[in-house]
Amino acid sequence: MAFSSGFSPHPRISYANAAPTGVASEAEYVEIGVVTRCDPLDIRQRLDAALPPGLDIVDVVEALTPDFAARLEASRWSIELAGVTRATLADAVDTLMACAEAPIERMTKGGLRTIDVRSAILAAEVVDSDPDATHATAEIPSSSPCAILKVVVRQVTPTVRPDDILAALRSVADFVPPVPALVTREQQGPLAAEGVFIQDPLAPDRESAGADGTPVVP
Amino acid sequence: MSASVYPQLERVLPLVQKPIQYVGGEVNAVTKDWEQAAVRWALMYPDAYEVGAPNQGVQILYEVINERDDALAERTYAVWPDLESLMRANGIPQFTVDAHRPVVDFDLLGISFATELGYTNMLTALDLAGIPIHAADRGDSHPLVIAGGHAAFNPEPIADFLDAAVLGDGEQAVLAITDLVRDFKAAGSQGGRAALLDLLAASGVAYVPSRYEVEYLADGRIKRVKPVDAGVPWRVAKHTVMDLDDWDYPRAPLVPLAETVHERMSVEIFRGCTRGCRFCQAGMITRPVRERSKAGIEQMVARGLTATGFEEVGLLSLSSADHSDIAPLTKSLADCYSSSQTSLSLPSTRVDAFNVDLANELSRNGRRSGLTFAPEGGSERMRRVINKMVSEEDLIRTVTTAYAAGWRNVKLYFMCGLPTETDEDVLQIARLAKEVIRVGREVSGTRDIRCTVSIGGFVPKPHTPFQWAAQCDHETTDARLAKLRDAVRSDKQFGKAIGFRYHDGKPGIVEGLLSRGDRRVGAVIEQAWRDGARFDGWSEHFDYDRWMAAADTAWNDAPVDVDWFTIRERDHAEVLPWDHLDSGLDREWLWADWQDALDQVEVDDCRWTPCFDCGVCDQMGTEIQIGPTTSTIDLPIPTVTATARA
Repeated sequence: MAFSSGFSPHPRISYANAAPTGVASEAEYVEIGVVTRCDPLDIRQRLDAALPPGLDIVDVVEALTPDFAARLEASRWSIELAGVTRATLADAVDTLMACAEAPIERMTKGGLRTIDVRSAILAAEVVDSDPDATHATAEIPSSSPCAILKVVVRQVTPTVRPDDILAALRSVADFVPPVPALVTREQQGPLAAEGVFIQDPLAPDRESAGADGTPVVP
Repeated sequence: MSASVYPQLERVLPLVQKPIQYVGGEVNAVTKDWEQAAVRWALMYPDAYEVGAPNQGVQILYEVINERDDALAERTYAVWPDLESLMRANGIPQFTVDAHRPVVDFDLLGISFATELGYTNMLTALDLAGIPIHAADRGDSHPLVIAGGHAAFNPEPIADFLDAAVLGDGEQAVLAITDLVRDFKAAGSQGGRAALLDLLAASGVAYVPSRYEVEYLADGRIKRVKPVDAGVPWRVAKHTVMDLDDWDYPRAPLVPLAETVHERMSVEIFRGCTRGCRFCQAGMITRPVRERSKAGIEQMVARGLTATGFEEVGLLSLSSADHSDIAPLTKSLADCYSSSQTSLSLPSTRVDAFNVDLANELSRNGRRSGLTFAPEGGSERMRRVINKMVSEEDLIRTVTTAYAAGWRNVKLYFMCGLPTETDEDVLQIARLAKEVIRVGREVSGTRDIRCTVSIGGFVPKPHTPFQWAAQCDHETTDARLAKLRDAVRSDKQFGKAIGFRYHDGKPGIVEGLLSRGDRRVGAVIEQAWRDGARFDGWSEHFDYDRWMAAADTAWNDAPVDVDWFTIRERDHAEVLPWDHLDSGLDREWLWADWQDALDQVEVDDCRWTPCFDCGVCDQMGTEIQIGPTTSTIDLPIPTVTATARA
């Protein structure tokens, strides 16, 4: 692993656009600097061996193109709300989407900031929960309804996070979930030219690498 | 079966501060099959994860127990008040961070008390776990609650809440208790909880408070403490692990997930200390000195780094520069690791030039920022009272060496409120600090040097020569510290180069109450906890007035009060609450040492001078184990730390 130069060297590792603590993710990206060229598959296996259960390395790609973090233009989130019917959630989401803007306040390192949630939302859809999923809690038996909000959010500064979306739903539609939401980031990457589809952010590196994994010299 | 509470916990984690501390799954954490283990321990450090996770005692016992095929151990820590209220609202019980099992499902709950200020956190954990806080109210379905750690040398203030306490080194004691519980369960748990406690009490492995009765005199003093039943020993002795090379734990240290108070791997290079500082409970109760060999330490460093990837190693003990092989050890470790990203540190408190040489060796390539020394007493007279044999000349020579070698900040530790102390003794600290800056500027040739003076309030502790002493009241402590602060700040020439850190005297009074209290203090702890006391070691949570109000409520018509337990001097004849707990120290030797303190008579270190009959080795059947040893091993340089400087 490579270290930064200077008086207190730090490992060269950067977490691009990391998900907030307490939410699940299926699409996190980490850039790691190494000292010598390594086999990506070997790195993947060794990292997997060291990581605790539940943290899996999905793929390792040699970075052959610059500005990786800038490619993470948007995220698709799944916000699972136990004890909420699909209709209730859909009404609240419709109200939010009908707004021109939905400002909420959040304490950031720079002080209290006002953030417009609405302008960052590119698409929102309400679906029923997977009937096999278990989301029973002490207060919510498993027979209760559960609605899921699938939402595509543009990466802006400051970042609009899933709890900001919930704050906006509370603010514009008085929507208050009975128990905390279970949130999962499903996808991250560049937006397709039209619409709200998220593409593979590693695609440029994969393309640069050619079929046998060696870099293609332009 | 014991089901994970994680599905419920996960719902509330987004609502709390630093939720990462509750999820477990650290590198080297162990989760074993519940059904395969005959004996199940929950091990608690009763403070937040960031303080508890690096704790060596818990990590050692966790590994020692989990190595057995017939036992398992999981860890639990104090939850912050934000999670506590959410757990209460959602019916989530106190859980382990490993498999998130309810603590109440375990056979034993072992709690390590490094400080008495964790007592209220124990009550929170018991209550959240659904375990009755009073031992007398527990039944067969509840774990045995067992205290260990230094504070367990006087467990009397928490006697009502404990089933047992283990004195001294825990490694062999937990194995013995595990055997006892396994055999008891295998034989059908005949007689239930009471029978198990009888067995434990009779074995002498642990102290079982409920099997002892305390009688009091009308004036409040203790009349006597006696076993309730025949077969229960009159005194319970501490455990001492010998041959530390055979107990090379932790072998695979935990790598905490969240930022903690010690961001390094610790390797204990010896246990015990015979310097004889009279205020130091750790030095008194951990005798005799038992060193790990140089080769054993090198192996622990190499193996631990391979298992963890830590970038800093701390060589821990009560006085690390005293290890017989410390110079060759630091040289060989520095040779091995100075070209890697791994740095080494030595808690540097011994006031002599040799200590500076060691620190220089360990910082060959690194920054020479701060070096810490602990003269403890401000005046020569005070240092004779506490048996910290450092002359002013020693101190000046040491700091001169340090500044000349490029160190920019020297930190000095002192105590305030020591027995016989006057304002003049404490004001000497200001004079010393100014002298340190004066010589420092001279030898370093720069004004850009600092001296930080840190002052702690002295709290008399059980099993020390000062166990009879009157604690200094907080008004006097605060007044002395204010005078000292003014003396430092008013100095135009040096004042700005001297940092001054201290705490007010009030928390020390509560610590003193809990340290030297007897069973009657339990009612105050319970009252304070019911009134909201949590995390008493944290200044933002500690509330002195709450404790004083709790004492007033609990001791409405008792012959004792807070002053009686803290600022009152005891005489030779008084039965002390911990007299039936045997640290090996001969009571008469302790008393003679107390009298020597008052006469300013010093005592030597028995490692280098003849035995002075403190009593420990005779009473415990132990001996001093020190080097030097000569064997060495080849150290592999961990490959993960290969350096690239761009």
